[in-house]
Formats: sequence, structure tokens, C-alpha cells
Amino acid sequence: MTNNRTNATAQPSTSPSMVSRGVRIFFGSWLSALLTLLSVAIILALIPAFRWAVLDAQWQAGPPELCHGAGACWSFIHAKLRLILFGLYPPEAQWRAFTVIVLIIALVLATLWPRLWGLRIIGLWAVGLAVMLVLMQGGVFGMSYVPTSKWGGLPITLLLAVLSLGLGFPIAVVLALGRRSKLPVARAVSILMIELVRGLPLVGLLFVAAILLPLFLPPDWTIDKLGRTLAALTIFAAAYLAEVIRGGLQGLSGGQVEAAQALGIPYWKTVWHIVLPQAIQKVIPPLTNTAIVMVKNTSLVLIVGVFDILSAARSAATDPAWPAPSTEAYLFVAAIYFIICTAIGWYSQHLEAGVKARSH
Amino acid sequence: MTRAIEVSGLNKYYGTFHALRDVDFSVAEGERVVICGPSGSGKSTLIRCLNRLEVHDAGTIRVRGIELGDNLRNLDEVRREAGMVFQHFNLFPHLTVLENCALPQILSRRTARAEAEARGRDFLERVQILDQADKYPGQLSGGQQQRVAIARALCMRPKVMLFDEPTSALDPEMIREVLDTMVTLAQEGMTMVVVTHEMGFARQVADRVVYMEAGEIVETAAPATFFDSPQDDRSRRFLSKLVTA
Repeated sequence: MTNNRTNATAQPSTSPSMVSRGVRIFFGSWLSALLTLLSVAIILALIPAFRWAVLDAQWQAGPPELCHGAGACWSFIHAKLRLILFGLYPPEAQWRAFTVIVLIIALVLATLWPRLWGLRIIGLWAVGLAVMLVLMQGGVFGMSYVPTSKWGGLPITLLLAVLSLGLGFPIAVVLALGRRSKLPVARAVSILMIELVRGLPLVGLLFVAAILLPLFLPPDWTIDKLGRTLAALTIFAAAYLAEVIRGGLQGLSGGQVEAAQALGIPYWKTVWHIVLPQAIQKVIPPLTNTAIVMVKNTSLVLIVGVFDILSAARSAATDPAWPAPSTEAYLFVAAIYFIICTAIGWYSQHLEAGVKARSH
Repeated sequence: MTRAIEVSGLNKYYGTFHALRDVDFSVAEGERVVICGPSGSGKSTLIRCLNRLEVHDAGTIRVRGIELGDNLRNLDEVRREAGMVFQHFNLFPHLTVLENCALPQILSRRTARAEAEARGRDFLERVQILDQADKYPGQLSGGQQQRVAIARALCMRPKVMLFDEPTSALDPEMIREVLDTMVTLAQEGMTMVVVTHEMGFARQVADRVVYMEAGEIVETAAPATFFDSPQDDRSRRFLSKLVTA
């Protein structure tokens, strides 16, 4: 009704003016009028934040004394960038940590390219990760040795996220297949693993891995703390991924496996080439969800003293020389998380569009 | 001469339901046999036992002399000898038409990719669908998909082809193209076992018609005899229903 009336008022003038068109778009109905007013209110409320972050902010690199105005102090990020990005990693060796970041991004970009999927991309990642670990640790090829206790910042966050998802995935596949298996033992073990891990909070798992586990192991068994943390993240990711993958397996018609059997394709090749690609295609949105959650879960490792990018930013913000810079530090880290997680989201949409294009 | 398929004393249960009762059934090399009967009569169960998609409970099944049982090597060999076409096509939807034909050869016979693709094109040409080779199954009509499924099975060079209601899921206007493909295959001398309701096809190409009901083979006869003067009351009743329907 409301729409019709505005249409009628716009009719007399032969070329509808900007104003009448604007009125129709923004106030055409009760709902759109309400949304317009709400949006205006939100924009007005954000103006102070914008002034603080952009207009009144100090953007110049320099000493703490530069920041005395009411705005944000981005000079702090300038000054602490290396600490936030690389943690306690020795400054003269930070080019190695930087190379690791570049390598991870390059590998992620390569993974986006469907032609490399399958064994090739797995091989590429295996080689890439070996190179990264050598770079981080050093002690060979004239590089100084850096113990894992000194590793920190963005490389830790990225390595933990990529490795926990990457190592968790094959475990998840086995658990998901096991849970649907006809063998009672395989099914019981899978269900026990999945439910046990899902029933525990991640913080609890991290504590067990980082603090309790060493107490139970014989003293000469020294598994690195970072390694133990990674193990906890990996089984956590595996349990959640397993349930997502199981959802995909359930959506698969039994005819697919029967066709593969009738064609004489061996079981594991059927799983790898026929079952998994289809199961995964069906669960791209929840897989994306789990991936994003795992990226953010890596920030919990600060509880057991692993120095990821969030803990690095926290410790940078405690520097008394700077006037209360924690907001800036957290915003900067938030922006990095946001970029990573949004990129994962975009990529999943791109994958879904590909799946859709093939089905009709 | 060895029989292509030799089944004797076959019994199969689903829980307490007796799906196949003492079925004796054989097919000679080069023979075309049509199995028909009302739904639930066990005809699909029988054909699915022939390549062990269903595991039988008693009796023996030999396909080209190889006995089907717990022996996995025998199972592999039987599945190599027998190709199968399903009611719902069961093409792999994430692979192109050509990959559907090529990948199974690579995975189960370790055929080189180039050779597998060449053979795939060859058989797609024979079922007259080569122009769709790069499309995905979801982009094809049901009739086209079923022809691809036939090509995919033929790529494995089977000696026996099993068809499990190949036209039952098709729209009426697409049944003809699939049946034509099957008739051509029959004319080339392929040994075929076909579960179908297409009585025209049975008349045209079958050497024998097997009528099943309630898990038993009721009557086996040449198509002319079966359709024109069925011997058993049950087959007569079945045929009369077909005509009125």
C-alpha cells in the first residue's frame, strides 16, 4: 500500500527527481524507514570511534611522547611491530620468521589452485613445512639456533592453525570412517575418541598436554612444549572435523560406493577418489566454520605460555613507556585475525560457487 | 563350454525375510537373459548377488567359472568380468563424463591415463555422447547419464553386463535412447543379464525370459513362448496386469 502511494506521487513529474527516488528507497515502507533510521543512528554512534582511530590519531613513527592527543596512538604499533609479529624471536634472525610467514601465505595461495589438489599439494606442504621448521629452529647452514621457547608471534599462530587443521584432517577422516564402520571395535574407539575430546574444553586439553603430560611421562621423554600444544590442538580439531566429515559421508548415496565396487575400485582408492571429494563438497560451510574457529582457538595457547601473536601483543602493551596502548595493540591483532578469517570465508564461497556450477 | 553365469541353490535372507529361495539360474556365453517379475520378487537381489553387492547366505555362484565367496581375489576377478548398470546411474557427480570413464580404469586396472582417456572417448563415441565428454553428470539428462554409465562399465572390458532396471528411473521420452544402446550391445554379442519391465526389449533381444515371484524362479522360457503362452498361473496373472496397465 505504502509503495503504491509513493509511486503515485512520483508519477506526475515526467522524470522522477532524485529526491522522490531517494524517499522511495529509504522510506518506501515502514520496515525500510525503520532500517534507515537505525543505520543513521549507528553511523552517528560510530563517529567518535572514527575520530579517535583516524582523524585524531597519531600516525607518525616516533617516541611515546608523540602521543598526547585524544586519538589513537598508532606510533605504538610502529615501535612494537617486530615484537607483536615475531615475539621474542631474536631480532637479527627475524628475517627467517618473516620468510616463514611468506612461505605459509604462498602455500595457502598454491592450495587455492585446484590443479594441484591431491598428493601433489600434500607433498608441497610437507616440503614447505620441513623448510619452515628448519628456518625457525636454525642450527644448520650457518643459521643460529633458536629454541622453540623463543618462537613467537604471527608464525606461531599461523603454524599452529595450519598444522592443527592439516594434521587433524587425516585423523578426522579415519575417525569419521571408523564411526560409520561395521567393525564394532573401530566404531567404539572412534566414538570414544570423538566424544571424549568434544566433551573437554580446549583449555583443559592444553593444560593436560602442556603441564600434566610431562609429569606422567618418564623424565628422559622430553617432548617440546610447543609440540605438545600442537598435539592438543590437533586432536581437538580432529574431533570436530570428524563430525563434520561424518555429516558429509551420511549425505552420500550408497550407490556411489556400490558403483565403485562394481567397477572393481579398491576400498581406499574409493575413499580417496570417490567418497571423500563428494563428502567434503557437501560440508564446505561447516568445514569453513571449523577452520575459522581453529584459527582463533590458537590464541588460547597463551594460557600454557606459548607466545602466539595475541600474547605477543599483550606483552607489548605492558611497556610502561607508552601511555595505555592496549586498545591499539588489540585492534591491530584483531585486524590480522579478521583478514585471515575473512579470507577463509571468501575462499569457501568461491569453492561453493564451483560446486554449484557443476551440478547444473 | 563354461557357462557365463552358473547359480545353484541360492538362498538369501534379509533378517527373517527370505529374499531368494533355492534359485537355480544359468546364462550361456553370448546369451541375453531378461529377468522380470513384480517388485519385491527378488530379481534385483539376484542380479546384485552376481557381483556380490549382496552377499548370499547359501548356494554357489560361478561367474565365468570363478566362484564367488569370501575369497577376495575371486571377487576382484568377478568384478573385472562383470560390468553393472544401475537404476539410478550412480555416475560420480564430481567428475566429468570423460573422467567417469577414465578414472575407474586407472584405479582398478592401473591403466595409463592417456590410454584410459582414449578408451573412454572410444566408448563415449559408441554410445553417441562424446560431445558431452567435458560436462558433469548433473548437467546431462537422465537418458544421457545412463548411456554414460553404460560406457563407463564397457570401458572395463567386461565379458558379462548386468543391468539392474536401467530404464526405471527415466522419463518416458528417454527410455528409447537407452534401450537402443542396449540393443546395439546385444547385437555385438555381449552376454547380458537384464532386470527390466520393458517387455518390448525382452521380445526384441532376449534369448530367454526368467519370471520371478516371491524369491523364486517361476518360469523360464523363450520370449515368444513366455509372452504368448505362459505356462504358470502366476506369470499369466503378471502379464495380464501389464497389458491392462
